[in-house]
Amino acid sequence: MNKITNNKAWFLVLPVFFIVAISAIIPLMTVVNYSVQDIFDPQTRFFVGTEWFEQVLGDSRLHDALLRQIFYTLSVLFIEIPLGIAVALTLPRKGWGVSASMVLLALPLLIPWNVVGTIWQIFGRADIGLGGYVINLMGIDYNYAQNPMDAWLTVLVMDVWHWTSLIVLLCYAGLRSIPDAYYQAAKIDGASRWAVFRFIQLPKMQSVLVIGVLLRFMDSFMIYTEPFVLTGGGPGNATTFLSQFLTRMAVGQFDLGPAAAFSLVYFLIILLVCWVFYTVVMNAGKQGEQ
Amino acid sequence: MARIDLKSLAHSYFPDPKTDEDYALRRMEHVWEDGGAYALLGPSGCGKTTLLNIISGLLTPSHGQVLFDGKDVTSLAPEERNIAQVFQFPVIYDTMTVYDNLAFPLRNRGIDEKRVDARVREIAGMLDLNGKLKQKARGLGADEKQTISLGRGLVRDDVSAILFDEPLTVIDPHLKWVLRRKLKEIHNKLRPTMVYVTHDQVEALTFADKVVVMYGGKVVQLGTPQELFENPAHTFVGYFIGSPGMNIMDCKIDDGAAWVDGQRIGLSNRHLEAVSKQTGKLELGIRPEFLTLETGNADKGSDGIEVNITKVEDLGQFKIATTRFGTSEIKVKLGEDEQVVGQSGILRFVPEWTKLYADSQLVA
Repeated sequence: MNKITNNKAWFLVLPVFFIVAISAIIPLMTVVNYSVQDIFDPQTRFFVGTEWFEQVLGDSRLHDALLRQIFYTLSVLFIEIPLGIAVALTLPRKGWGVSASMVLLALPLLIPWNVVGTIWQIFGRADIGLGGYVINLMGIDYNYAQNPMDAWLTVLVMDVWHWTSLIVLLCYAGLRSIPDAYYQAAKIDGASRWAVFRFIQLPKMQSVLVIGVLLRFMDSFMIYTEPFVLTGGGPGNATTFLSQFLTRMAVGQFDLGPAAAFSLVYFLIILLVCWVFYTVVMNAGKQGEQ
Repeated sequence: MARIDLKSLAHSYFPDPKTDEDYALRRMEHVWEDGGAYALLGPSGCGKTTLLNIISGLLTPSHGQVLFDGKDVTSLAPEERNIAQVFQFPVIYDTMTVYDNLAFPLRNRGIDEKRVDARVREIAGMLDLNGKLKQKARGLGADEKQTISLGRGLVRDDVSAILFDEPLTVIDPHLKWVLRRKLKEIHNKLRPTMVYVTHDQVEALTFADKVVVMYGGKVVQLGTPQELFENPAHTFVGYFIGSPGMNIMDCKIDDGAAWVDGQRIGLSNRHLEAVSKQTGKLELGIRPEFLTLETGNADKGSDGIEVNITKVEDLGQFKIATTRFGTSEIKVKLGEDEQVVGQSGILRFVPEWTKLYADSQLVA
């Protein structure tokens, strides 16, 4: 083999390097800068080392927000993923019903976050909102502005309403890619409905489900707009998730150092969870292949 | 194992079929004997797969009945019919091991694990899958996946019939041969009723005791490979089976002989008698194997036809000469050491092997 060595090819990487630098690395470095210094103005700044990180990580309000966030995200995933799969399985496979259900399912996905928040804020009100009124009519004392549990549930239902469609559409695409012969073979093999799901449909949906879980994890872990519109993070701190907490710290109190430190931690948590999840799922799939 | 009867069976994919063209399967009466190895041979779109899916119950026929050992199963689902089917492309359960794949049809029927284990190992042994039983099925190649599919078809020993829908399409040629032999062996050993759909005549003729040839939604002939070769009941069978297929020419009957492009072709009394009652479009057919071609100043005699030789292909074991007289092109199969000299020769028809067809159906 006579390979021609020509290092000039590296110059071809330069455009990408610049784009990534401008779009990601330089803004991120600003945050890193703030996280390790105490900056009063461009001339007055002190290097503080890990002080901001220690302060933020020791903050019990942050621990609460983090727990609330984890619990919320897990709830979102445990409801939206199974529900999305279930709905996808019941969708029609041919005829006019296909396009009709696609349009209906896509509708919530097209609505901006703050509009979703506004819709539910009004819909959930006991005085003028249909939903809140009906629930109160049934004898349940529901008021998201006063009752922390009600507020928390409202945000959860809002998210399920907004995003389950995404999982449904992803799963539906996965299901549609299964050739008829698989179902026919399963019938001949005498497979039960459950076995068909477990051994044909679920494996074929695996890759789209991984994408779905990752998207819903990242999105719900960063949820901000909906609780902000609904109650602004209240009542009390009931719907103060990590983004609310961060915004309050950075914009409300102008604590840029701790906010920057926390931003990095926040970013790393999401990156780490996604990476671990992806690696574990993909490796589980490959096991026993060799 | 069961005998399968198709009673005035027909199927149309249209809800309200009117003409014959609307039927994927035209009305047919057919019997698959218990323990037979049948090949269902025909070109793409002739209704083979439709027929197979009707037998397995994946499709409910729009007309007629399917009987297993005299029992009407027309409305039963595949799992109630006790039937095995192997599809054209490998269907495997990705997340399971090879062993679990093979055991799946048995376990679904609640057969105890000891028996499952014995059957799986027996079938894996026959198909040379023993070394791979513990592997996940998803990592295997197409050949091996299809072998597993075959194994799942064979693993139950109580099935009424095993249906194969062009199962060797994705398999390498050399392995095709091996697997076909395996299937044949398994058939000889266990005598299940097997129906094997294919569009490949070699596959059909080597696998089956009886070949069912389908064309345009109809069964045009059922017979042993030899019968199909020597006595095609339909011009399509003549053309489809054999390599090259039968020579088929339009002809007229006059003066006690057949006339093709103004050339006289001698017939026997048997032909003349049968054809006298026919009114449809007449065709004459003869296999390239049964023609003789003489070259190099051969004597025309009384029964020879002068032909131009347009092409001679040497295929190693034999030669195929393409000859022409008038507008008719006729292929002749010659032995490897028969010499073809010059551009012309004398072609002779053997009345014994000359066939007459009226409206594509064999007359004599």
